[in-house]
Amino acid sequence: MNEPTTAPNSATKGGLARFVPLALFAGFAVIGVVGLFVLGDRHELPSALLNKSFPEFSAPLLMDESSVMSREDLIGEPLLVNVWATWCPTCKAEHAELLRITQDYGVPIVGLNYKDDPRAARAFLARYGNPFRYNLVDADGQIGVDLGVYGAPETFLLDANGTIVYKRVGDVNPRIWRDELAPALKALGVELQANTGAG
Amino acid sequence: MIVEVGHFAVGLAFAVCVLLSVLPMVGAARGNERLMALGGNLSVAQFVLLLGGYLALTYAFVTDDFSVAYVASNSNSLLPTQYKISALWGAHEGSFLLWTLIMGAWVMAVALRSGDLERAFAARTLSILGFIQLGFLAFLLFLSNPFERALPLVPVDGADLNPLLQDFGLIVHPPLLYMGYVGFSVAFAFAISALLSGRMDATWARASRPWTNLAWAFLTAGIALGSWWAYYELGWGGWWFWDPVENASFMPWLAGTALIHSLSVSEKRGAFRSWTLLLAIAAFSLSLLGAFIVRSGILTSVHAFAVDPERGVYILAWLGVSVGGALTLYGMRAHTIAARIRYDWLSRETFLLVNNLLLVVSLAVVFYGTLYPVAYEALTGGEKTSVGPPFFNFAFVPLMLILALFLGAAPFVRWKKTQASSLVSKLWPIALAAVALGVILPLVLLSELSIGVVLAISLGLWIVLSHSLDLWRRRRSLTASYWGMWVAHIGFAISMVGIGVTSGFSIEKDVRMVAGQTLTVADRQILFNGVSEVSGPNYVAQRGSFVITEGSNDYALYPEKRRYLARGSVMTEAAIEPGLMRDLYLSLGEPLAGDSWAVRVHIKPLVRWVWLGALLMALGGGWALLDRRYKRLRVRSSAAATA
Repeated sequence: MNEPTTAPNSATKGGLARFVPLALFAGFAVIGVVGLFVLGDRHELPSALLNKSFPEFSAPLLMDESSVMSREDLIGEPLLVNVWATWCPTCKAEHAELLRITQDYGVPIVGLNYKDDPRAARAFLARYGNPFRYNLVDADGQIGVDLGVYGAPETFLLDANGTIVYKRVGDVNPRIWRDELAPALKALGVELQANTGAG
Repeated sequence: MIVEVGHFAVGLAFAVCVLLSVLPMVGAARGNERLMALGGNLSVAQFVLLLGGYLALTYAFVTDDFSVAYVASNSNSLLPTQYKISALWGAHEGSFLLWTLIMGAWVMAVALRSGDLERAFAARTLSILGFIQLGFLAFLLFLSNPFERALPLVPVDGADLNPLLQDFGLIVHPPLLYMGYVGFSVAFAFAISALLSGRMDATWARASRPWTNLAWAFLTAGIALGSWWAYYELGWGGWWFWDPVENASFMPWLAGTALIHSLSVSEKRGAFRSWTLLLAIAAFSLSLLGAFIVRSGILTSVHAFAVDPERGVYILAWLGVSVGGALTLYGMRAHTIAARIRYDWLSRETFLLVNNLLLVVSLAVVFYGTLYPVAYEALTGGEKTSVGPPFFNFAFVPLMLILALFLGAAPFVRWKKTQASSLVSKLWPIALAAVALGVILPLVLLSELSIGVVLAISLGLWIVLSHSLDLWRRRRSLTASYWGMWVAHIGFAISMVGIGVTSGFSIEKDVRMVAGQTLTVADRQILFNGVSEVSGPNYVAQRGSFVITEGSNDYALYPEKRRYLARGSVMTEAAIEPGLMRDLYLSLGEPLAGDSWAVRVHIKPLVRWVWLGALLMALGGGWALLDRRYKRLRVRSSAAATA
């Protein structure tokens, strides 16, 4: 019963046991790296709709709720569809970048005002500037469901046939523009000449 | 301009930390006194520079400088000034600036109090702290810089602070939590310094103890405040949700608690030294992991705190370098500790070993439950799973009850060896009294009984009674560290009783009420007087008016549903009638058809005890610092400074 004991850790006795914590940590680190890149991939290329047509829809315009637009109106030239809302802080953060993209490069952006209060959305655009060619109203989020939207903001790039060729979950920032959006637009044959006079 | 000066100051702090992480270390290796002495000055310099950067950003917030992108997305001209100041840590970039400032303060404090330590040991410690701070500052400057301007398109007004965060609890919660997280870096640095020098004797344990206690006290208070805030602000009536962000702070707490106890054995008896070193590494590593969990967005959605996966990659690489490096060093050096400290199976050493085992197993439970969903998703290629509160409660609660069982006996167990027969003869009357009162008290006071509640109250009394007897026995020779231990243990008992009773006996009713209606819940009449519109500084609200009759007492409660104007987000503001013995908690749900409202009524007995106990634990951790042993160190070091 009165067997003397020593320190609880076998690591003190030498041998490889003292590297067990390091091995455990390395195991978790591997899982962390894999997890990060799996989630990272989902982050970049998540949509089941990638390389498929933009879904059919019918939605009123934000500025003129009597006009109704449909999928056909998105066909003809490459354009961006930006899912946004006034309740979404990241949308506010990316707003300046959207303005820059339309003003400097003339890229058309169609807004999808997602689960928002149309009055708040109009007030927001009047106050901070309007980068959108026009805005579709998706008050109940139905178009968002068809599009597989996680949340706002998300941005889709459509080619001239209305096929989704790129999707961004999260904000569009100068880095995303430079590294991803601009090359994707160029690949569609869009000329991106910066309007140097704009500002 | 001021913002740019602040930005520049943080850049300079980065440069100072480059020097700090190299020069004193080189000095220690070469025995160069001048290089070693630089550590102190550099430590003070990096803090002063960071403080400058911090104040510059605060200035931008207070003066509504929306050309700073971070200010624009987290403040608003209508925001009350105290929230403008606290909005600085309302989102990722700013909170990380606060993190580095607090780290800077710890580094400086260690430098100022290091006079009593051996020169080379202190120099190495400061260099390691400087290296850690360097990693944080690189992350701040290159991956989450709060000083960036949103030029040329300056918004007219800001997007406002997340309304969830416009609250006293959230003003104080992050700084306290960061004090704890970052504070564990000191024990970590001492441990690495000891491993580097090969002198893993009681010196480093003695040096680490006050710092670890202080960091632990802050972390405890921070977690308690976070829990209290979730309770009154989220509107669900719960106070702990086992969500990844909470767990992120709880894991370092469990490791830190184990560390505090293990350090006492290492200091007093020289045993467990290798194990204590490992715990010191673990506590800080888990703090870094907490930062990783919260900031990489790995555990939450893609729209979490940080949108860029680059940040996650950086933190992971940083974890790899610091934790991997520390554990490698541990593996290479730990075997040189020759510890042959003898102790009996029934001794305080064994009890503290059991304490450590229980805490580490609890930690493993929380770790597994938090990271399993990520691992699962990573290994299956994207399938989701989740681990809910039932898992945590099932695994965690029994461990804590066993811990409480040992804690109650602990005051009567001596170092080295205790006679089993004398221990039993001292303990059985306490056990009997605790169980008897554990059954009688809930019957008399609450006229209810359940196994969980009887267990919680009995074990709580078991701890309180045994500790009180011990206090009486020692009344002539009480030290501050004894008082600290005593108060913290009583706090643990109080928290446990609070958790047991509020989990067992809470009444929760979700009802539909129309104006003029009276509802009776557990002998209380709740009269609903309808809803009116009110407006606050940056929100409009629907305010419900209730009058509650409780015995001969009448009081009014006004729960609100607020809509914050800038973000359009809706927040529930619960109304709570607090009490030491019970809380009455009302929150206003959705408006229903025909002028009626969904109303949530909770009666939560002893819920305050959960936080009261935690605050006592934090108080105990701080109290132990007042011990004369440490004061003597301080006097000596200030004498050295003036000399």
